[in-house]
Amino acid sequence: MKETDQISLVFGALADPTRRAILHRLTEGDATVAELAAPFSMSQPAISRHLKVLERAGLLTRTRRATARLSHLEAEPLREVTTWLARYQRFWDESHERLDELLVALQGEPADDDGPDGSSRARTGGNDDG
Amino acid sequence: MAKTQITAEPGIPQIIMSCEFDAPRDLVFRAYTEPELLQQWLGPRDYTMAVKENDVRDGGKWRFVHSDAEGHEYGFHGVFHGDPSPEGIVRTFEYEGAPGHVSMETLTLTDRDGKTLARTVTAFQAVEDRDAMIASGMEHGVHDSDERITELLARLQAG
Repeated sequence: MKETDQISLVFGALADPTRRAILHRLTEGDATVAELAAPFSMSQPAISRHLKVLERAGLLTRTRRATARLSHLEAEPLREVTTWLARYQRFWDESHERLDELLVALQGEPADDDGPDGSSRARTGGNDDG
Repeated sequence: MAKTQITAEPGIPQIIMSCEFDAPRDLVFRAYTEPELLQQWLGPRDYTMAVKENDVRDGGKWRFVHSDAEGHEYGFHGVFHGDPSPEGIVRTFEYEGAPGHVSMETLTLTDRDGKTLARTVTAFQAVEDRDAMIASGMEHGVHDSDERITELLARLQAG
């Protein structure tokens, strides 16, 4: 399967608020369908359908313990998704951080000795090179 | 501190990005359009960026080249559409490593009590183009950890 197909499945799974809540719950530990259904006004079969979508996206696996079927969070696909967006995010985070610094420097430039009320713009360019 | 919000929804060939700057709109516009200012901020710190061409008017061309420490070059170019102004800039964008895959960016700058909200909507030709653009991450590596994932989930949860 192509990487983007996997990512699409993961995004599709994450697009639903109930499924996100289920995943969030599973970060605390494995759970049964009944436990996962408890916070929602939703039937267990409805929850099971959500679990199937998560399972197909590789976000959860199910194991049996005695009579209970436990859902277990598989974090790896999420790692791929976070990395996927994070690289792009990092490019822009860093660019915008630099732009922020530049804008501060530009505004400090025309050093008008003291504004009429210098309090709020008393921002003399600190020389902290990042 | 500038905080960049990026939204890339599954199945929609679009990226929406916004960031607020503590500076008046005209100044932010200058930083987005004047080559000597652009070169000081666009791209990661360990890259250099050269503005080869930046004809900020309707039909004017722009071309930027990012270079990493090993001398690899990544060129991008496009054309401005409509009159670029502090209210906004519309331009096409093409990575020279993938010719023919053109996206369109609409940047709007909104005054917010002396601060400026910069919002860019990028429309791609196809979801695959959008995904490829993000996947390339502009060649910038990143380390991740399980905390990131928990954070992501917490954020998704809040959303």
